[in-house]
Amino acid sequence: MLPDKKGYFGEFGGRFIPETLVYALEELEDEYNKAKRDKKFQEELDYYLQEYAGRPTPLYFAKNLTQFLKGAKIYLKREDLLHTGAHKINNTLGQALLTLRMGKKRIIAETGAGQHGVAVATVAALFGLECVIYMGEEDINRQALNVFRMKLLGAEVRAVNAGSRTLKDAINEALRDWVTNVRTTHYCLGSVVGPHPFPMLVRDFQAVIGKETKSEILKQEGRLPDYLIACVGGGSNSIGLFHPFFKNRQVKFIGVEAGGWGLSSGKHAATLEKGKVGIFHGSKSFFLQEKGGQIKLAHSVSAGLDYPGVGPEHAYYKKIGRAEYVSVTDKEALEGFKLLSKSEGIIPALEPAHAIYYVTKLAPRLSQDKIIVICLSGRGDKDVEMVSKILSGM
Amino acid sequence: MNRIEQKFRELKTKNKKAFIAYIMAGDPNLKTTYELVLELERRGVDIMELGVPFSDPIADGPTIQKAGLRALRNKVDLKDILNLVKQLRKRTELPLVLMSYLNLIYCYGIERLIKEARDKGVDGMIVPDLIPEEAEDLLKIAKANEFSTIFLASPTSTPERIKKIAEASTGFIYYVSLTGVTGTRDKLPAGLREAVLKIKEITPKPVCVGFGISQRKQVEEILKFSDGIVVGSAIVEIIERNINKPDLVKKVGIFVNRLSG
Repeated sequence: MLPDKKGYFGEFGGRFIPETLVYALEELEDEYNKAKRDKKFQEELDYYLQEYAGRPTPLYFAKNLTQFLKGAKIYLKREDLLHTGAHKINNTLGQALLTLRMGKKRIIAETGAGQHGVAVATVAALFGLECVIYMGEEDINRQALNVFRMKLLGAEVRAVNAGSRTLKDAINEALRDWVTNVRTTHYCLGSVVGPHPFPMLVRDFQAVIGKETKSEILKQEGRLPDYLIACVGGGSNSIGLFHPFFKNRQVKFIGVEAGGWGLSSGKHAATLEKGKVGIFHGSKSFFLQEKGGQIKLAHSVSAGLDYPGVGPEHAYYKKIGRAEYVSVTDKEALEGFKLLSKSEGIIPALEPAHAIYYVTKLAPRLSQDKIIVICLSGRGDKDVEMVSKILSGM
Repeated sequence: MNRIEQKFRELKTKNKKAFIAYIMAGDPNLKTTYELVLELERRGVDIMELGVPFSDPIADGPTIQKAGLRALRNKVDLKDILNLVKQLRKRTELPLVLMSYLNLIYCYGIERLIKEARDKGVDGMIVPDLIPEEAEDLLKIAKANEFSTIFLASPTSTPERIKKIAEASTGFIYYVSLTGVTGTRDKLPAGLREAVLKIKEITPKPVCVGFGISQRKQVEEILKFSDGIVVGSAIVEIIERNINKPDLVKKVGIFVNRLSG
């Protein structure tokens, strides 16, 4: 199973970081390999996932949406019902337990939409870890509610003013902190990006989404779905859903990237469609970049997708044709946001709203015996204020 | 033998240590960089590191980040810097090393870059986000072109890793004095001497110490046990403070002269 020993998914992945961090990545990899074989670790993680985070999450048949679109049956994997409101907690619980095993007392993280930051601040509070969250100033403005939540949870939120003042720059700053405090600090990376072992480790912690989906759909439908659809920024909720179905070739994977103002506008975050292969933030993958290799600024209405890179496993899925990657614009995502709210009484986060919009185009083209599963990766409370501003301005 | 190896041989016979200076190419513009290199050679610099500006320099502190942004505003890229070196080579035989993040090199094409760089007179490179394990292709090409590859060792490198780093490094080994990013510090980290001596037990290659150095007394202290020192941010700060002043080059020269002794 991929990645290989050096952390490669085909030609993508690897470990491209300053020498100082090698020690921490090796330590993390060793600890994770030990934990994986340790029944106690698995039991402890399962306990917290169930009793604290609220797993398993339902696979909900979206009857109204299905009837409205008059096509394939649509199921929603309800990660929005988890504690803290998004799938991010699956990963942060796992990494927090690893942090404790490594004897580290301080945990740092980057955050875009703030969902990962909240999930890290939450587990830091739970396990008594010192917590610093790096967040771009632009995102701090867009996601004021999550900033307040992190502070309530006892985390220090450090504003990042450099560059685009979004997720990319928050990762830069978190890496600089990690290089400095590497002996005492664990960097809890929030997506399937970065140097090995992060893309593997985060995927494994998020794979609970796909594993549950598999058993739930078998129970409800007696067969596997035809399509799995999820939004892709760095790509953690989508890999979490896709990965356990990798060998089930009949199940199609569609990753929906943020099309921003449209792919021809240059203001988007559609890394897999418009990016080029490069080496950045620790791994070889696709990145939005200038011809000479300077990293470009991404754009998306949803802070969680506003990142110019993507996880190496997605790059691999694209290369071998296992998954298809499409994009949905800001405006279309808002349509998805409104539609799910009205039809099902579920306000989605803007990130999965991209996937929902895509399904409004796909489902009507499919016959009624087809099955689609959408990963509803988070709830929309954090976005309500901004959406109301946008809608009133439009 | 390229200019770097020659320089260390020469220094050894004179019983001297290497003073290595870093500046960001294109900060505040390429013409000033050209003049600075020649001035710093006159002021006692033995090897010059030219930084290549990158949008996301994760191993650098605020001083060099800002310098990179100034150079990027001038749209300075690798090609410009290679041409700068070509011009410099008409005037100097000072060893010149590029310090570039990997994506810029990867996008240029590793083989194309090393060949062109060597042809234009660059002697080697330092890539802060590349470790020997990921450098197989690059090392092959560099070796075939007698192009130095200088890897970084750090306080968290195990003896096994130091061995790997020493094997992959040609020219010298760059020891990062502290766990952290580039930038000046008031105090030298504890255990620096022991760490450098440990590396020197493992390898006969020259070991130069960088990160955090800004004062003459730090330089003197480190040169007691290392083969050289690298000063970057402290010089870049002088450049930053004197931007748009007619005597920028002279001021930087005086500062470096004071540091190098």
